[in-house]
Amino acid sequence: MSVEIRIQEPDFSLDHEWQAMRARLGTDTGAVAAFVGLVRDVEPGDSTTLELEHYPGMTEKSIAEIVDRALARWQLTDVLVVHRVGKLAPADQIVLVAVGSGHRAEAFAGCEFIMDFLKTDAVIWKKQSERWIEATANDIERASNWQKGS
Amino acid sequence: MGAPGKLSMVQVLFFASLRDAVGVDEISLPIDDPLTFDRFMAELRTALSDAAYAAICAENVRVAINQELVDGVRLISAGDEIAFLPPVTGG
Repeated sequence: MSVEIRIQEPDFSLDHEWQAMRARLGTDTGAVAAFVGLVRDVEPGDSTTLELEHYPGMTEKSIAEIVDRALARWQLTDVLVVHRVGKLAPADQIVLVAVGSGHRAEAFAGCEFIMDFLKTDAVIWKKQSERWIEATANDIERASNWQKGS
Repeated sequence: MGAPGKLSMVQVLFFASLRDAVGVDEISLPIDDPLTFDRFMAELRTALSDAAYAAICAENVRVAINQELVDGVRLISAGDEIAFLPPVTGG
């Protein structure tokens, strides 16, 4: 079982992350689900920039707590979360969540669960076009659906 | 860590929209050690503008002491790091 959580300014390489994950996976892993979030251009034509801020130490801890909740719920063999901070432009990669498990259902569910709670519980702030943005009603509803056990 | 009553410092951090409201990301505040949270807030109020103080008192602002979210009664001691966190969103 391996958990890796990284907050970084530089871009990440899916190929590099995947090769590193594969190298540490045991033979009990039969499925890996991965999600990549990109900066969406909310005002096409404008030079939308996204600025992500974090609280070093506390941000990692808040993500570790989300991962712990996923590990308590599903039998996962590997979890990788890479979250970028700093200034990003449309189409840039923001976040990678990759989850290994024995079977696909748990890998998909664990990956979606972690991603949903990154939106509401990870100690990260986003400023888009000079405005601080908050979790949307949809984000909050998706996270609360997990708490209902659905 | 000082003896009771001795003047000591704490670090107060403001993030994102709260940093914009306060104008700085961090202030050092002298306190009497130890201090109740209510008295700490009263001290902090004297260091901030009314608008900045109102911003950090908003209902959706969470407080972390030494990187632990707190709700309810906590004593503030010398060397503590008190952070004011506006609503978050990652992903």
